[in-house]
Amino acid sequence: MELLRKPVTVVWAVLMLATVASTWWLSKDVVSPVVGTVAIMVIAGFKVRLVMWHFMELRDAPVAWRCVQGAWVFLVTAMIAGIYLA
Amino acid sequence: MSAERDTCSLSVLEKKRRHLPGLEGVWVFVTADMTVFGILFALFMVGRDQDPEIFESSRQSLNPDFGGVNTLILLTSSWFVVLAVDAVKRKEGDGAQHYLAGAFACGVAFMVSKAIEYTQKLNENITLLTNDFYMYYFTLTGIHLMHVVAGNVVLAVLWFMARARTIDPERPTVLESGATYWHMVDLLWVMLFPLLYLVR
Repeated sequence: MELLRKPVTVVWAVLMLATVASTWWLSKDVVSPVVGTVAIMVIAGFKVRLVMWHFMELRDAPVAWRCVQGAWVFLVTAMIAGIYLA
Repeated sequence: MSAERDTCSLSVLEKKRRHLPGLEGVWVFVTADMTVFGILFALFMVGRDQDPEIFESSRQSLNPDFGGVNTLILLTSSWFVVLAVDAVKRKEGDGAQHYLAGAFACGVAFMVSKAIEYTQKLNENITLLTNDFYMYYFTLTGIHLMHVVAGNVVLAVLWFMARARTIDPERPTVLESGATYWHMVDLLWVMLFPLLYLVR
């Protein structure tokens, strides 16, 4: 069970749990639609960053590429949340 | 002088340690593709802002179970690809082959799920022309699906290369480039799914 001890497997498990929480819990009426929607989009941004840093290996990439990709996640998440809340 | 030389050596070491997986050109392509999707996401949100009733009632007709399961499928597929790259670097050819087969199977599962979902919508006489929401829904998911199809072709090629042991474990540039593209397909869906199915 060496596979289960790999750090990338822990990242995958976090991504799966975050997806389940967003899709089948936060999207229901457990919180107000506005709080639920903003939380779901922030979680999506967090998931994308995990994919970039741990699956795409950006954590070890040159700083310029980390900045470009990191900016994409921040701008897209902020843009969606911003237009939604405006 | 000595201190200066040490600083230079550190800088060279730091540069060596920092590694961009795959071809830099693939990263340029991936970034350009992601920028286009980012603009489409913005257009969708502006459209939603202008006609919230139509967008919300149409969104409610979507089944989030499809989108959620598809997200789990693509995340798992990406995980398999990471494990395949790791296996190649460890010179475990059989493992790499199996993980790439797993990633490919996930890609096929995504396509099957999308085909079922599209068929259900078309049977309800819902098409690209029904309203603005569905125009965005079919366009965005359709363009993304084309990326999945292309990614599955890439995964199939990589599987054959892993089977023939033609991927260099010391410099698996082709595998890393394919992996970077496939992870982009995954992360675009991670954003696209909540945008279309869950924003209420």
